[in-house]
Amino acid sequence: MTVGTIASDKARQVAQEVCQQHGATRDELIPILSDINRQLGYLPAEALDEISTQLKIPKSQVLSAASFYSMLSTQPRGRHVIKFCESAPCHVQGGREVWLALQDQLQLKSGETSPDDRWTLETTSCLGQCADGPVILVDEDIYLNVTPDQLSGILAKYK
Amino acid sequence: MIAEQRIVTERLGIIDPQKIEDYIDHHGYEALRKVLTGMSPADVVDVIERSGLRGRGGAGFPTGIKWKYVSKTPGDQKYVICNADESEPGTFKDRLVLEGDPHTIVEAMIIAGYAVGASVGYIYIRGEYGLSQKRFSHAIRQARQNGYLGEHILKSDFNFEIHVHSGAGAYICGEETALIESIEGKRGEPRTRPPYPTTNGLWNMPTLVNNVETLANVTAIIRNGAEWYHAIGTPSSAGTKVFTIFGKVNSRGFFEVPMGISLRQAIDTFGKGMASGSTFKLAQTGGSSGSLVPPDLLDIPMDFDSFKAGVVMGSGALLICDQNTCVVDLARVLLNFFRVESCGKCNPCRIGNMRAQTILNGIAQGIGTMKDLENLEMIGRYLYEMSNCGLGQTAGSPLRDILTHFRPEVEAHIISKDCLAGVCAMSGQPALV
Ligand SMILES: Cc1cc2nc3c(=O)[nH]c(=O)nc-3n(C[C@H](O)[C@H](O)[C@H](O)COP(=O)(O)O)c2cc1C
Ligand code: SF4
Ligand code: FES
Repeated sequence: MTVGTIASDKARQVAQEVCQQHGATRDELIPILSDINRQLGYLPAEALDEISTQLKIPKSQVLSAASFYSMLSTQPRGRHVIKFCESAPCHVQGGREVWLALQDQLQLKSGETSPDDRWTLETTSCLGQCADGPVILVDEDIYLNVTPDQLSGILAKYK
Repeated sequence: MIAEQRIVTERLGIIDPQKIEDYIDHHGYEALRKVLTGMSPADVVDVIERSGLRGRGGAGFPTGIKWKYVSKTPGDQKYVICNADESEPGTFKDRLVLEGDPHTIVEAMIIAGYAVGASVGYIYIRGEYGLSQKRFSHAIRQARQNGYLGEHILKSDFNFEIHVHSGAGAYICGEETALIESIEGKRGEPRTRPPYPTTNGLWNMPTLVNNVETLANVTAIIRNGAEWYHAIGTPSSAGTKVFTIFGKVNSRGFFEVPMGISLRQAIDTFGKGMASGSTFKLAQTGGSSGSLVPPDLLDIPMDFDSFKAGVVMGSGALLICDQNTCVVDLARVLLNFFRVESCGKCNPCRIGNMRAQTILNGIAQGIGTMKDLENLEMIGRYLYEMSNCGLGQTAGSPLRDILTHFRPEVEAHIISKDCLAGVCAMSGQPALV
């Protein structure tokens, strides 16, 4: 793995804080995981361990939830995560061409992270913006009606 | 000419969704006042039942009957859940309501709670809908400040609280029992039903689960009466439906009409016709699990029963495709969706979708055989008969539909290695696998 990992004491500390903010109960597990993922970019093993201690539930159950949801990641990712909507409406409206161009420009395939850690490329299912497809999501920014020739301009905004 | 009739989307673009005063100026919280000052819980259930309202989450289950089940089930604590996980490809109607008129859902959830005897509500909003979550949370705060939410609502004895729960990216969490598992902090794997949530729902308590659009009809029904509502739409499906239309039409977006509009009318009136250079080839209706509709079914009136004639209304998504869409390629994309979104709990769905997608990829690359078509049919049947939940049960519909309506086009990929639309890998295009 080329991507740097978060220092383990930082991961534990963030996990502890988030658990305390939410109240350490089982039904807060997914909100807690989401918050930590947002703060650290992914869910390091130490964070999962800490949640297990705080919520008093087995580690296996924490991991089982953490690995289920697509907005959560148990692996480190690049500085920017770019998600391409691969569902049928976007596909029919020109998504296919955008996807080919995107892979070409980034020189990445789905699920890969660039050697300089700048990008992780992922596909996603429908994001609910179908009347304005093709749609891509870069970190928290959504781009609508994307055409292949707009890609380099969009990518240049992220360092 | 078909005209719009707006009930669910009545206030969209007319009020400022962040101002409770605006909502109140447009009949807001009138229904709640009417309910709390003059109706018993049984009266409310009765009005909803007589209105003919059916669930807009896709299946069309009669809403009043569901409310009655939950109201009659004893339980120390009952729950109302609004299902705002909206992840069906092509569907964004619930987002429009949550972003543009969140108070109507707050109000309907309180009324539902009163009717079924619940004091706690949850709304499960998909994680990708940040603006919906923000607007809804803001609406809850305003409602509480104005005495519509919390203890002694409008000085009555009724108390109700609403919690916002964010999803974290999983289509399957729209299935009601998976949604409940997810709120409880687990993987979103559907439970085996029965028992149903109406008796054994959130934390095993009686739970009412309704879709956003379903609830968005409630206040208007309470204000205007069951008879008013029942007179709109078709005999089996009362009221209006919000459709979303996109693809190769001139105008993309949403519209709300009485149930019973045909695809042809939808394309002509609200899609403003096919885009220039495009000829209608098929529509993909109702989201991924819906139907592929060929030209000879363009005049079927769409409602909850039109699936019997081959046109699934489902969530109301209308993806209009022209001659440049290849049915093999489209089925491949749809099956990929089911493969990715399958929760993996049961074998027919976990393995069947993967197998079907592999076969379709092969056909698209020009290495398919006629035997593959038999296998696709078999996989579709197994998915339908043996899957645990609606995802697996409907995942085979695209397979069935391409082989029923577009068999010669599929066979051409195998026999003459020919992709009519010119999009499959065999026609020199890069393979998308
Ligand atoms: C795979 C699958 C996905 C679903 N997704 C949704 C959804 O996103 N939103 C929704 O309201 N209902 C969805 N449903 C239907 C729910 O299970 C449930 O029937 C519905 O929320 C009930 O509300 P209603 O009676 O108001 O329609 C889905 C069902 C299945 C099988
Ligand atoms: S049918 Fe598919 S989605 Fe449904 S429970 Fe089985 S594996 Fe999960
Ligand atoms: S299909 Fe891409 S946003 Fe809906």
